[in-house]
Amino acid sequence: MTWVRVATTAAVPLGEMLGVSVNGFKLAIYHLDDDSFRATQNVCTHEFALLSDGWLEGSEVECPLHAGRFDVRTGRALCEPLKRDIAVFAVEVRDGEIFVALPQ
Amino acid sequence: MTAGQQAMRTHVVVGAGQAGAHAAVAMRRAGFGGRIVLIGEEASLPYDRPPLSKSFLLAEDEPRLTHFFEPAVFSSLRIEAMVGVKVEAIDLAARRIALTYGGGLDFDALLLATGSRPRCLNVPGGERGLAIRTFDDASQLRQRLIAGQSVVCIGAGVIGLEVAAAAQARGCSVSVLDVERTVMSRSLAPELGVLVQQLHEHHGVTFEGAVAVAAIEGDSVVLGDGRRLPADTVVCGIGVVRNIDLARAAGIATRAGILVDPYGRTSADGIYAAGEVAEFPLAGGHGVWESWKHAQDHGALVGRVMAGAAQPYNEVPWFWSDQYGVNIQVVGDATGAAAAQVVDRGKRDGPSFCAFFLDAQSHVIGAFGWNAPKEVAAATRMIRRAMAITPDRLADPSVSLQTVLATSSSPAVAQLV
Ligand SMILES: Cc1cc2nc3c(=O)[nH]c(=O)nc-3n(C[C@H](O)[C@H](O)[C@H](O)COP(=O)(O)OP(=O)(O)OC[C@H]3O[C@@H](n4cnc5c(N)ncnc54)[C@H](O)[C@@H]3O)c2cc1C
Ligand code: FES
Repeated sequence: MTWVRVATTAAVPLGEMLGVSVNGFKLAIYHLDDDSFRATQNVCTHEFALLSDGWLEGSEVECPLHAGRFDVRTGRALCEPLKRDIAVFAVEVRDGEIFVALPQ
Repeated sequence: MTAGQQAMRTHVVVGAGQAGAHAAVAMRRAGFGGRIVLIGEEASLPYDRPPLSKSFLLAEDEPRLTHFFEPAVFSSLRIEAMVGVKVEAIDLAARRIALTYGGGLDFDALLLATGSRPRCLNVPGGERGLAIRTFDDASQLRQRLIAGQSVVCIGAGVIGLEVAAAAQARGCSVSVLDVERTVMSRSLAPELGVLVQQLHEHHGVTFEGAVAVAAIEGDSVVLGDGRRLPADTVVCGIGVVRNIDLARAAGIATRAGILVDPYGRTSADGIYAAGEVAEFPLAGGHGVWESWKHAQDHGALVGRVMAGAAQPYNEVPWFWSDQYGVNIQVVGDATGAAAAQVVDRGKRDGPSFCAFFLDAQSHVIGAFGWNAPKEVAAATRMIRRAMAITPDRLADPSVSLQTVLATSSSPAVAQLV
């Protein structure tokens, strides 16, 4: 596991999300209402869509293509048409920078 | 009803399409312990229709169906799926259905999820027009999209336009005809239909509006004014007819579709309807929706109702279409008929924009997104909340829609839209 800097906290305002590409990983970074930052894989498990193009509400992200929803804290797929969860990554914030733990 | 009594009951779902499949699965997951039988006339387990007019027609190799659920899901949920079997009649008094091959099946509750079939063009030679609803239809059409050949699409709705885009990509020379002046006229304001039309024209597809088709002949389409358009293949996308015959013959109330209440209950006790065939209550009347998400959500909801969960249907109509790599989404009413103003976020000649439809009190009532799913997601929530908005804020790209919705003080009005 390696900690990789992915964005500044200022780049992800409260209640918003940001799509980033680091070390070949497409990640979505979320700034939840409880002020925590979260990270998941950005590609939906249904067809091909970037979750960061969708809608964040509470701790749920809704896919832009067919409105499947995931819990971004656990990665759990919450409704149809989703059959598989998304991967979640550990996040740390240090001095206004967001770090994500990526598998080596 | 006790769990033991429930376990003795049989629920039959007629129609193994998207609504039927989701109903059967949701019914079991919501705790119904009895027997579930899912019966479909088509010779495959429930599959996704949207790719049939899109990627399916473009695939280099023989395309495969996308199923909603793996076969193992049906077996693990103890759903008896029977495909290639048509239900011929319902005997309400005997609580029994008759099947094509002469057999029958007793039921305690029945769900009609029989969907629609394409409307036929009622002119001489109309049967030569290929419609596209099933795997077989799409496979047949796919083989006819040969580079250099001419294709005429009658009907400029989403399916006709998607087929036109696919045929064009396969090197056919394509024209699209419609009785209306603009494309997608049933769901889109003319000023937006024109943009979709221009997208097609930009790719070399010709569109002719306000024309009548008089006949389809072996190699041409004959127009009302006598002109002949050469056509190796004619595609008809002129809407659908709901499969209500079973219900009507059994004396269940129907109109364009099978009439249901917000829970999917028909006029007959223990008989439900869901998906595209169901005509359900909407503000100011009843409606039928032809969309993927509706079939999924309405099917699942009625399935849960049949398992004992009472929950009324209350969704906002939404659909998408893919044409030449542009993702089009329409939510609510984007026809302009009920709108006092249209507010754009983003430029209409840019890569992405969203047109919001506002009524006289500046409530959002609909939206059209051109590569703008986030804006359409916002519009959906604004419609659900019956939210009034300052047009200038909506149009300002520096104002985050997440923030607008998070800070909105509009009451969350539960409404039947
Ligand atoms: C080509 C195509 C492209 C589409 N693209 C999009 C899109 O991009 N976006 C979108 O939002 N929507 C799209 N749609 C719409 C969406 O797919 C449909 O609204 C949805 O499939 C309806 O599902 P349903 O289960 O209600 O009905 P259906 O899918 O019609 O299923 C009903 C099933 O019941 C069976 N049946 C009928 N009568 C009987 C009987 N008596 N006994 C046994 N079985 C019976 C039928 O054979 C059928 O399999 C598209 C539709 C088509 C056809
Ligand atoms: S691609 Fe995400 S729900 Fe379909």
